[in-house]
Amino acid sequence: MRFLNFHAAAALILGALITATPQASAQLRVVATTPDLASVAREIGGDRVNVVALAKPTEDPHFVDAKPSFIVTLNRGDALIDGGAELELGWLPPLLENARNGRIMAGARGRIVASEGVRLLEIPTSFDRSKGDIHSLGNPHFMIDPVTVKIVARNIANHFAQIDPKSAATYNSNLARFNARLDAKMSDWQRQVAPFRGAKIVTYHRDFIYLAQRFGLSIVDELEPKPGIAPSPAHLAQVIGEMKANNAKVILVQPFQNRKTAETVARQTGATVLDTPQQPGAVANTSTYLDMMDNLVRALATGLGAKK
Amino acid sequence: MYFRRTMITLALFALPTFAKAQVTPPKSKQDSIARADSIARADSIALVKQLEKELAAQGADTNAAASAQPRATGGYMNIGFVTLADAGWSSASDIGAIERGDHDPKVNGFTMPNAEISLDGAVDPYFKGFSNIVLKVDSEGETGIELEEAYALTTSLPHSLQVKFGQFFTEFGRQNPQHPHAWAFVDQPLVLSRMFGPDGLRSQGVRVSWLLPTSFYTEALLAVANATGGTTSSFRSPDSPEIHGGVIDERPVTRLSDLLMAPRINTSFDLTETQTVVLGASAAFGPNNSGPSAKTRVYGLDVYWKWKPAAAQAGFPFLSLQSEAMVRHYDAAQRISQADPAITLTSEILKDRGAYAQVLWGIKPRIVAGLRGEFASGSGSAFVSELRRDQSRLSPNLTWYPTEFSKLRVQYNYDNRHELGSEHSIWFQFEFLLGAHAAHKF
Repeated sequence: MRFLNFHAAAALILGALITATPQASAQLRVVATTPDLASVAREIGGDRVNVVALAKPTEDPHFVDAKPSFIVTLNRGDALIDGGAELELGWLPPLLENARNGRIMAGARGRIVASEGVRLLEIPTSFDRSKGDIHSLGNPHFMIDPVTVKIVARNIANHFAQIDPKSAATYNSNLARFNARLDAKMSDWQRQVAPFRGAKIVTYHRDFIYLAQRFGLSIVDELEPKPGIAPSPAHLAQVIGEMKANNAKVILVQPFQNRKTAETVARQTGATVLDTPQQPGAVANTSTYLDMMDNLVRALATGLGAKK
Repeated sequence: MYFRRTMITLALFALPTFAKAQVTPPKSKQDSIARADSIARADSIALVKQLEKELAAQGADTNAAASAQPRATGGYMNIGFVTLADAGWSSASDIGAIERGDHDPKVNGFTMPNAEISLDGAVDPYFKGFSNIVLKVDSEGETGIELEEAYALTTSLPHSLQVKFGQFFTEFGRQNPQHPHAWAFVDQPLVLSRMFGPDGLRSQGVRVSWLLPTSFYTEALLAVANATGGTTSSFRSPDSPEIHGGVIDERPVTRLSDLLMAPRINTSFDLTETQTVVLGASAAFGPNNSGPSAKTRVYGLDVYWKWKPAAAQAGFPFLSLQSEAMVRHYDAAQRISQADPAITLTSEILKDRGAYAQVLWGIKPRIVAGLRGEFASGSGSAFVSELRRDQSRLSPNLTWYPTEFSKLRVQYNYDNRHELGSEHSIWFQFEFLLGAHAAHKF
């Protein structure tokens, strides 16, 4: 009798737990590693998809904790969008290993590699960690270039259409609409930054090179002496000298970077530290990729304008 | 003080390296600077038009870009090599008696407790393969090699199932399946040495895991493995006479219960956006070699909690708590004493228990302070086993990670053993890692 009671209780508990699981819906369950990818996925998928981002908007995408709750999210996903350039190398592999979801495995239709077809910059010709934490496939911070994002959006639309062919027309029309909005915004952003073409800027990490190339800005140096290596006093002294010599007047930082270090350098050089988060949602009223870029370009143009 | 001096000295050596900044921008950067400089002189309205043209051209060219993109290609296998080196001094005359782990410091002076080659990769679409080959230099300076793990893992079985087979660490608690590279302290906790011996519990077998269809993470695991060999310390290890004192009873495997069974359930909740807790319960059941039907049962509970702010810088600051508690019931059958065949040791249950709790504080990027408190104790036995002597330890430590690929650690141990009194030890540890760096599990 006691035996039966135990098993009945166990069955009840298990049943309750399973019932607590969200019910499957007609929407595609899409997991994106970072909020920028998630935002583009929402633009393409519209109401046909339910998109979840793993990394927080304010979080360094190199250093995300591989929390067990992410395993559950990945286990239930119909699609996974990752950067494809090793940005998530430090946390995504063990999650995928335990997610046991064939739909999002490498090579599956549900595995969307955002960088597919993107011309990555700084692809190393040799692998040498004395040069810092270099990503072997190239610089992974490409989402900050709106033109590149059109390639990413197309990749996402193609995969969504393969996974969910009956909504293919919707995805394609959403893609066209997103591209049109992006083009219009791009003209606006170019107009805002155009007066400052060639302006010298400094960044904390090598995470603005795609933006600099697209908008014709010139990166004098980074506060990190080498990618992923913490700023040293000797290097900062050198950066201060370079900034003075080049008349660089802004330092771009993201929420997870050491603003105090940037402020120290700014005090020595008369520069301004600009908060330029690259992830939607990192600051108020930037819930979409376009909003985030609006905010970033505005901050950049304002900062450069004030220092002109 | 000594540590501080060492850190300063190391920092002084390190600074010139850090100072070698990229004075000359890369060619791509020079090109973009030159291009930007020339364009900056043009009229801004004409410029906008020019850019829009460029943009349109690039938009149209995106299909062509895919085929033109050069890609670095890796091998079919990730290869990593991680080496730990310890140095230090202890007041204990026999350091091996207080540091029982095979990857712990063993002598006054220098120890090379772990040089590990790790290999992993996709076998095919259905399996991933992993292997760890460990080289250790013992207290006599002799190098030993062992196949620590070699197993395959299924990638996408239906119903969220997963099977692992080969030789692997048993997923009992948090630290047992971890490799020394992932440990937060120089040495393994006393309770792990007590329950699973110097090398942890690992054997040849199969493990089935089910990710339950719950809204939060819950994983149920069951491992079935051989109960024999030097890494099944509480079971049919050839070293077991050190626990029960009797002559080994050689038992053939004739039924399933002659194998080691290790069930585990593991669950996790995100308490808030910045706090996560993982709770686990484990057990291991199997035969021991004190008699023809003698069995061992080990039970364990574990908890891990971590806080990390939403805008952490390179993963810092953070605060974490990890604790494991274990109990072992070891049925020691009536047995002939190994030391004196004229003596028969009576049948009894040897009861052992132990626990550790460790707090890690990631103070600022790359600096972690840790504090661990622990004990292990045993009761009952006609045979006095040094392995079962009551022992407690307190260990503060400090770790500096110049990057994810190297670390410097200093740790003080205050050990207290029943009837033998206290010992003081100071250990330094250096680690470097080459090649692939497997991502850490939470």
